[in-house]
Amino acid sequence: MKKELICILCPKGCRLTVDENLNVSGNFCPRGIPYAQSELTMPMRLLTSTVAINSKHTIRLSVKTSAPIPKDKMFECMNALDGHVFNPPVHIGDVILYNICNTGVDVVATMDIKE
Amino acid sequence: MTNYDLVIIGGGSAGMAAAISAYDEGLKDIIILEKGWQLGGILSQCIHSGFGLEEFKAQLTGPEFMARLVDEVKQRKIEVKYFSNVINLTKDKVVTYSNSAEGVVEIKAKAVILATGCYERNAGAIMIPGDRPSGIITAGTAQLYLNEYGALVGKRIFILGSGDIGLIMARRLTLEGAKVLGVSEIMPYSNGLNRNIVQCLHDFDIPLYLSHTVTKTIGKTHLEAIEISQVDENFQPIKGSEKHFEVDTLLLSIGLIPSNDLFRDLDLPASSARGAIVDEHYMSEIPGLFSCGNVLHVHDLADYVVAEARSCGKGVASYIRGELKLDGPRFKLIAGENILYVMPHFVRLDNLETHVTIKFRVNRPLEKQVINFTFNGEIIRKINMPFINPSEMQKVRLAKNLFNTHEGELVISCEERK
Amino acid sequence: MKDVIVIGAGVIGALLARELAKYELDVLVIDKESDVGNETTMANSAIIHSGYDPKPGTLKARFNVLGNQMFPKLCEELDVDLKNNGSLTIALSEEEIPALLKLRKIALLNGVKVELLTPIEVFEKEPLLSKDVQGALFAPTAMIVDPFNLVAHALENAVDNGVILHLNEEVKNIQFIKEKNHYEVMTSNNTYQSKVILNAAGLYSDKIAKMVDEIDFEITPRKGEYLILDHFDQYLEKRFLTHTIFPMPSKKGKGILLSPTTSGNYIVGPSSHFVSDRSDFSTSKETISEVQLAAKKLIPSVPFKEVIRTFSGLRASSTRGDFIIEPLKNHPSFINLAGIDSPGLAASPAIADYVVNDLVKGLLTLKVKKDFNPYVRKYPRLKKMSVRERNELIKKDAAFGRIICNCEKVTLGELNDLMSRSLPILSVKAIKKRLRIGFGKCQGGFCQPFIVKYLSNYYNIDISEVKYDKVGSNIIKCSTKGCRL
Repeated sequence: MKKELICILCPKGCRLTVDENLNVSGNFCPRGIPYAQSELTMPMRLLTSTVAINSKHTIRLSVKTSAPIPKDKMFECMNALDGHVFNPPVHIGDVILYNICNTGVDVVATMDIKE
Repeated sequence: MTNYDLVIIGGGSAGMAAAISAYDEGLKDIIILEKGWQLGGILSQCIHSGFGLEEFKAQLTGPEFMARLVDEVKQRKIEVKYFSNVINLTKDKVVTYSNSAEGVVEIKAKAVILATGCYERNAGAIMIPGDRPSGIITAGTAQLYLNEYGALVGKRIFILGSGDIGLIMARRLTLEGAKVLGVSEIMPYSNGLNRNIVQCLHDFDIPLYLSHTVTKTIGKTHLEAIEISQVDENFQPIKGSEKHFEVDTLLLSIGLIPSNDLFRDLDLPASSARGAIVDEHYMSEIPGLFSCGNVLHVHDLADYVVAEARSCGKGVASYIRGELKLDGPRFKLIAGENILYVMPHFVRLDNLETHVTIKFRVNRPLEKQVINFTFNGEIIRKINMPFINPSEMQKVRLAKNLFNTHEGELVISCEERK
Repeated sequence: MKDVIVIGAGVIGALLARELAKYELDVLVIDKESDVGNETTMANSAIIHSGYDPKPGTLKARFNVLGNQMFPKLCEELDVDLKNNGSLTIALSEEEIPALLKLRKIALLNGVKVELLTPIEVFEKEPLLSKDVQGALFAPTAMIVDPFNLVAHALENAVDNGVILHLNEEVKNIQFIKEKNHYEVMTSNNTYQSKVILNAAGLYSDKIAKMVDEIDFEITPRKGEYLILDHFDQYLEKRFLTHTIFPMPSKKGKGILLSPTTSGNYIVGPSSHFVSDRSDFSTSKETISEVQLAAKKLIPSVPFKEVIRTFSGLRASSTRGDFIIEPLKNHPSFINLAGIDSPGLAASPAIADYVVNDLVKGLLTLKVKKDFNPYVRKYPRLKKMSVRERNELIKKDAAFGRIICNCEKVTLGELNDLMSRSLPILSVKAIKKRLRIGFGKCQGGFCQPFIVKYLSNYYNIDISEVKYDKVGSNIIKCSTKGCRL
């Protein structure tokens, strides 16, 4: 059975077709192939959110998972981000939580907050 | 009165990118006037990823994309005034701004770039019928409350309009514990990028109601419910198709409009995209007044804004060096069949180095199309497109030598491939 | 024991309170809303009519003409924007000319200066009018006013001169205590005694009066829907419109008009439909289209793409037609001010003057307050200042340099100044009405979060407790964490 899906890796949004042997077509770039294959086996998503921070400019620090996490773990990871309050300075890429929900993926800051 | 070569109004993606490129072209006497506490404009609240693929070849979030540009501005030691709002601009390029540290200051520029971005179309502009309670809010404002204030505007939410900000917010709000009951779009197709339909709606089983619009808001003090209806081909609600949703919030994601006031107040005519009418270097009809980014026309990606602004910055540098011919012949660009708008609006061939970048949008989703570039009746370029959507801005580079004369009309049109 | 309780803080209640403040009296103003002028005063055409059309001999004619003359001084004392722009009533066909002549006759009977204009003269004044124009009645004394600040500044001035104002307090019942010859007013918060009651409760004036005795009128709210256009040509020499433009009046009233506002915007409306629900401020697609259509008949080129808001207001019309300004039967100390629909705004200062200096005078001893100050503290309005004036102010207080509303160019200093005054500012909307923050084309999209944070800091409350308008109109539901748990 063939399955059609839309690639989410870039704004182009290629219309991909995957057959039962996980052969992918319709992709304009090679990244579409692993995306489509994982989408049918274990869909992964990058999670972005915010956490609390004590800063004179803002009360929220934006963060992301350093790599995509399983789609069905997104809500669990959201909950895990609650309850932490961070202090400046924080730099882009600083790990603020290691191995969130045992996904093997860290949560990193996406914002520089100096004070 | 202090003089500058270049005054940039607005320090968002467009303003920063224009400053960087103008600086790299040799202009050093530049000032950016920014109304907020930091550079970056709206990017700081766009915490989702999807930025930077074009400009930085990296998958970045909004704040990360912003930080890269901020770093580039800071490396160049370009002067920035924060919390500084421009209150007046004259045709002689006197810019008046206000802040608490200096008061009201008038400065004079050789060139001005308007990079003030856009604002969200709101309930007033589309005249939603019904009560006027609180709980009806634009998606971007809700995004600011959520991502910068850590505050949710509601728990049961319906979204009017399938613009990208609305879709992104559908996912964000769901992840934060709100229930998004649906998204309605008056057009028979979505206005957001396909990837956002997938990862923001499909991932969370949020229904998308195409050819539907909100026909009633209910609630005296706070929103309690809404009614949506299917619309016919003339966008008129179909009686009997009403659906009722009990919600505390109606999020509006119904389009962005250029914040072009400073040019409007100079009586400069606006384009159909509601920004300025500009030439190949994004210069308006008043020499030295430039405009780029979302204040010129609303882009789908910040990367495209940056690319446009870089090219505008370069154009400003040429202008200030006196390299541009301003009174020479020019040809007009015309939006032909199936085309919503084209950018720029006119081109002086003399001022082109090697090519001109033409941007346009189609007015509805189309398949198996060929795009024709017809110059004074003759097709000078054809491009095949398997799919083409209004939500995706198209960029095409046309070489200077394709044009055999300096005057006339270039019509961009789109027709089915035979 | 109060001397006077004024029920209702609309423009009538506000100007009554200010008039009463001129005397040594103990005055309390009560309103159920979260802000002054929050119903009929808030949503109307903002026009000080010249008085050319009310039927001669009516209270409407009398107070309209008198009130119109009082406005320049009143607005100067209260620092309220007023502009004498003049109005044109347009005849669009030959058949309407006799009605125009009749209107001129009424104007003359009412003592209002008017002038009949030929089409050429009309186009000189307003070039964009329909080519069908056959003539017009020009009323040079018509004016436009900022109604939000009229009511607010009047009450501020009243409070500065000793009047007490209670907001968010609803009158539940009123009893006449015969043996003591006073009234007892029971509210949602308290019970008060007062010698005199002035019922200026607008849409609810019949319900308030009925608490005391039977009445021979009823309020039949008449909804008017409007469109507001942005001040898209505020700095241009040639403006879209300078006069207030009326069609020929009909049984329903003055009809759907177009007018500039004191803030440089344009207002189009109102429709006129009776409604049964006194809290129905909804708009409908059909009516808004009806308003647009009617406006296009007068000016075909109305730039409706500049619409930034639609809204509706309820006229507190009564079954009697004319204003009701009289004591309740058998209750000389309970005075009704009811059925005050158009030209109520124009008539308001004259009504207040008459009620206090003629009616209340017969009930209480009016001793002039020696230290009454008729002026409100001047409002700093930076948008209207020269660069030099602005900088003088910014030197004294840097907050006047910081712009917090980019559409309307309002500064933090102006907001701080507003909060330092004697009227309570309890909602985002109260700030919007006073300073125009959020009144522009972004409709608060950019500036509202700042205002919400400002109010939460000012009152030391969580942002989820900040209200847009009335109780229950909170903007923020909860903090993210609070919602997920």
